[in-house]
Amino acid sequence: MKLEIRGLTKRFGDFVANDHIDLTIEPGEIHCLLGENGAGKSTLMNMLYGLLDPSEGEVLIDEVPRSFATPGDAIAAGIGMVHQHFMLVPVFTVAENVMLGDESVRGGVFLNRGQATERVRALSQQYGLKVDPEALVEHLPVGVQQRVEIIKALSHNAKVLILDEPTAVLTPQEIEELMQIMRELRDQGTSIIFITHKLREVKAVGDRISVIRRGRVVGTADPSTSEAELAEMMVGRSVKLVVDKEPSTRRDTVLQVEHLTVTDPRGHQVVKDIGFEVRAGEVLGVAGVQGNGQTELVKALIGLIRPDTGVISLDGNDISGHGPRRSLEAGVGYIPEDRSHDGNVGSFSVRENLILDLYRDDRFARGMALRLDDIATNAQERIEEFDIRTESDQTPVSALSGGNQQKVVVAREFSRPLKLLVASQPTRGVDVGSIEFIHRRIIAERDRGTAVVIVSTELDEIYALSDRIAVMYDGRIVGTVTPDIPREQIGLLMAGATDTGEERV
Amino acid sequence: MSSLRMTAGWWASAKVTLAAFAIALLIGAVLIAFSDEDVVETLPNLFTYPGDFFVAAADAIGSSYWAMLKGSLGSWHAIASTLERSAPLICAGLGVTFAFRAGLFNIGAQGQMTIAALIGGYVAFAWQLPAGLHLLCALVACLIGGALWGGVAGVLKAQAGAHEVITTIMLNYVAASVLLYALSKDAFQRPGSDNALSPQPLDTARFPSIGGVHLGVLLALLAAVLVWWVLDRSTLGFELRAVGANPNAARTAGMSTTVVYTVAMVIAGALAGLAAAMNVLGEGNALSPTLVGSIGFDAITVALLGRASPVGTVLAGLLFGAMSVGGVAMQASVGTPKELTAVIQALIVLFVAAPTFVKALMRFKDQGGGTTLLAKGWGA
Amino acid sequence: MTAAAITEEGTVDIRDRADVVRQIRQLVVFAIVAVLTLVFWLSTEDAVIPYRLGEGEDVSTFDGAVALVLCFLLALVALGLAAVNRVPRGWAGTLIYLAVGLAFVLSFLIWSYGDQMTETPTALLNPLPGTVRLSTPLILGAMAGCLCERAGVINLAIEGQMLVGAYFAALAATVVSSATFGLVGGLVAGVALSVLLGFFALRYQMNQVVLGVVLIALATGLTDFLLSQLPRELNEPEILQRIAIPVLSDIPLLGPTLFDQNLLVYLMYVAVAGSTLLLFETRWGLRVRAVGEHPKAADTVGIKVNRLRWQAVLLGGAMAGLGGAYFTVGSTGSFDSNASAGNGFIALAAVIMGRWHPIGATLSACLFGFCFTLQAQLAFLDKIPGELLRASPYLVTLIAVAGFVGRVRPPAADGEPYVKG
Repeated sequence: MKLEIRGLTKRFGDFVANDHIDLTIEPGEIHCLLGENGAGKSTLMNMLYGLLDPSEGEVLIDEVPRSFATPGDAIAAGIGMVHQHFMLVPVFTVAENVMLGDESVRGGVFLNRGQATERVRALSQQYGLKVDPEALVEHLPVGVQQRVEIIKALSHNAKVLILDEPTAVLTPQEIEELMQIMRELRDQGTSIIFITHKLREVKAVGDRISVIRRGRVVGTADPSTSEAELAEMMVGRSVKLVVDKEPSTRRDTVLQVEHLTVTDPRGHQVVKDIGFEVRAGEVLGVAGVQGNGQTELVKALIGLIRPDTGVISLDGNDISGHGPRRSLEAGVGYIPEDRSHDGNVGSFSVRENLILDLYRDDRFARGMALRLDDIATNAQERIEEFDIRTESDQTPVSALSGGNQQKVVVAREFSRPLKLLVASQPTRGVDVGSIEFIHRRIIAERDRGTAVVIVSTELDEIYALSDRIAVMYDGRIVGTVTPDIPREQIGLLMAGATDTGEERV
Repeated sequence: MSSLRMTAGWWASAKVTLAAFAIALLIGAVLIAFSDEDVVETLPNLFTYPGDFFVAAADAIGSSYWAMLKGSLGSWHAIASTLERSAPLICAGLGVTFAFRAGLFNIGAQGQMTIAALIGGYVAFAWQLPAGLHLLCALVACLIGGALWGGVAGVLKAQAGAHEVITTIMLNYVAASVLLYALSKDAFQRPGSDNALSPQPLDTARFPSIGGVHLGVLLALLAAVLVWWVLDRSTLGFELRAVGANPNAARTAGMSTTVVYTVAMVIAGALAGLAAAMNVLGEGNALSPTLVGSIGFDAITVALLGRASPVGTVLAGLLFGAMSVGGVAMQASVGTPKELTAVIQALIVLFVAAPTFVKALMRFKDQGGGTTLLAKGWGA
Repeated sequence: MTAAAITEEGTVDIRDRADVVRQIRQLVVFAIVAVLTLVFWLSTEDAVIPYRLGEGEDVSTFDGAVALVLCFLLALVALGLAAVNRVPRGWAGTLIYLAVGLAFVLSFLIWSYGDQMTETPTALLNPLPGTVRLSTPLILGAMAGCLCERAGVINLAIEGQMLVGAYFAALAATVVSSATFGLVGGLVAGVALSVLLGFFALRYQMNQVVLGVVLIALATGLTDFLLSQLPRELNEPEILQRIAIPVLSDIPLLGPTLFDQNLLVYLMYVAVAGSTLLLFETRWGLRVRAVGEHPKAADTVGIKVNRLRWQAVLLGGAMAGLGGAYFTVGSTGSFDSNASAGNGFIALAAVIMGRWHPIGATLSACLFGFCFTLQAQLAFLDKIPGELLRASPYLVTLIAVAGFVGRVRPPAADGEPYVKG
């Protein structure tokens, strides 16, 4: 099946998200769509999948113009999509999720779960996608959930499969497996649109590459193009792929963690007897695939979760289990992994968010009364210093772009003296300009003598910032290494292989 | 630039609100017309003499609404009644508003008022104290009673995660039972009587009256100013609003949702207690099973109409007070049933809370205005 | 507080906090029951109680002395199990809770009906038929809640739907002179209020909790207004007659409880079975639940989210409307102001306690119905003030919601309007 996009345009009010995009997807090719966050890749795919109505332009399938008012139309036309945020019902089984919308029924009414299970088995065998059809989706690891998504699309007879940022949640090994699956699908005749902002993956698996920037296709390339060239096409200027920094001058130990064990609200032990230390003026990178206990480790560090056992001592004082306020007052700064969930109050103004954890400070409150003038002055200063692009300091923070929302969090956390900075996914979903800015500020904070813990699933980020790297797998630190170690080796650690072989119990 | 924008938003919002009122009054007018005997008599001849129908309907609608207006604002006496009727609505509405801003939907003003009236009423009729001191004690007792009952819901929410909509509803019924039980005991009954009716509050515990309006009305307005200050200008309000809008971010920023939920419900309960004081110490009503009436529930609609802002709540409380006083006058003078006012009130709130509907109906261009109140489910 | 031990191999053996909380909760509950059963046992001198199995039946007597001791011992055993943290999970644990609950109720009843010093002691009437009757509106309302909320629409307005259902059931039954036709009136009125719910919640994305409260206010105002307009002769409906189902109604105990009731009760059985089947075994149900959990996922496979929500809301309205009919044609006849008297709110609590499952909600509703029935009976005994007994169902709810249900997991998208894109 040949898919052609001609002059597709999407406007939201005055904003043009997609500007006359032309693309052709040939049958049986892996077509990469490369672009940074906010370039308009997802908008394009949502139009293709019937989730958004195009403002202009047309879609042709095998030379016939088609329009998709709903995803149902797109599915009927042979388009399947694996969304970045999985479209799976967590409390349903794999089979139920796969049959949803096209159910196996008895007598036209009653569900035939047996038949659905068989259908999943057959597909999983045909394409080598291992999964248990009767498992509840919420109990499956993300890598397997992704397989379920692919099976779901295939069960609708997809001829063109759109994969939206599919590698963000996978280990290097799982990424390699996924690429193998993609090649297999291509060889069986399915076309694949592979959306990503990772240059390495594009080069590894793509047959053709289209680069999107600010809603336009700015060029096409083939996989032999160099990473630097691709990066320049993607961002529109030459990009430094590394952060300038001096080697760290290690000083006294600031953070000391011993025998830390944490249980999540569902009763699973997710951090298991972890110990490490971070010195002043040093960046410790915590690498690992999402869901291996990093989230809970971070929450324990800043006091949001009370650990079951262990000590978290900051300058020799145990701060574990005393709540975030105690940690904040002890000089811990925190950049949470999900800024709109934990970092900002969306309906609050930029001004209010800039004092979200400082409002009791003498600078901003006299007794119970807020010092409104000082709060406003502070906002002006931070907005200028951190180049936060906002209409005014009274604008609700939810109206800002992702990068600027993140800068609000960073500006706030850096506006008081810190002993320890804990940054979790500090640049997720942020444009390249803001990434560079935030990385520079973090290194500056390190150079001022703050101990820094960076948790990231992006190995590039870990390599760019860390002085030492700790790799987490299944709630444990399976190895602590220096950034000169090759990626493959960290990849092995992230998948749970340890050199001593004493991993799982 | 930004101030211009705010003006535009304000006007759009006001336009939507006015339209919502107009639609509600229009539907009310239709109901008035069909509840009027003269109008109904013209119905059989609707197609032969449509004029009769419209004349009769216009007469019924006009005289009803005019009677309502005159009855609520037409004289100083009417205005005084309106103010006194509004005072408890404003106070209880403020309680709902206050909890609302912390993300709690407090349906429990009814129960909080009941317990407040029970405790405050007892102090007011049973204790013998000098004039000023007695009033103060009774007032404080009311506040404590309400705070206590609100606090229970707050603690249950904070400690056990029990949804406040369910707990406050249940606490309303429990409070009603407690009141009935108390009124079956000699200590709460009028001497020599076996009815569920307490003695009258003593004069020493009553709010003094100025120009036909009791002093409690002033206290209600002061409470509104205080609530505004706390919500908008204090660190407590900052915490409260942050927890209400995004509890996760608030917790991450070092705020304690447990403390905020509890404090918010205690204060909300105290405000409902103040509402009970208007009833017991202001109007001097004795305790009876019907003492609170439906004020606790009306308070929710008042707060919703006031968009959970203190100023809005005061205005909405005044409006509802006026409609309630006017409704009685309307029934007395032109015979239109006073039950109609409840329908119109509900319709006003319905349309005000659904700005998108009003805009679509009136074909207003969407330029913001009319924010929808906090949307949240059971999970929070 | 943290119970942990680091073994020599370095692996950590931890009792997680949830388990500790669970044990504390069990200890507290079982201890309270043990103390109360002990008090009941010790303060009852004459444990011989009179009882009747049905309304027409003769009075028999039952010596509860041994039962009192056994009840206390049972509670004690449960307490012991909790103390060593050996209360099993799963169905065996449920069984233990159930047994302890029954023990409490039994010893409470023996205590209440024992020691009657009068010539003609009041007899304990089999509370089960009454429970089924009084639970009927609650269950129908709870089904409305389950259906709506499983589809992701919060239905706070059950009370309002019941109220209009009650009014129009009375009106329809009077006009047509048929109690059965009254059910149709109630059903239609419930659906009509659901149309408003769907219209504002689904089409105009109004906040559903607020909408629910406003609809209740509207229903209250409207029924009061209509009542004031309604001539008395139009508010005198016939009442549904009991229909004894042949054979089935002759089964001892179960027969009179389940199969000698009026049409509305039988409809309730159908509603419960139907809702359960519909939600969990049919294509429609799978889609409805998908829409309530993850509407976007449903949308991406071509399911019309709002159409399904409309269907669930309307079906729910029909059930709540029927439930409302109970308060007029199903029991007392004519409509009074605020006839549903808060039953809609209790139905809502039953939905939450039953974790949004029709069967769970039904069982919770039966618990309330049981409390109501007992309360009506015990009021004559004067052992506990009737006013406090009246509060018991609400206290039970409070304890249940705070202690056992706690942080429940509603359908993930409950109350969230779905906007495409």
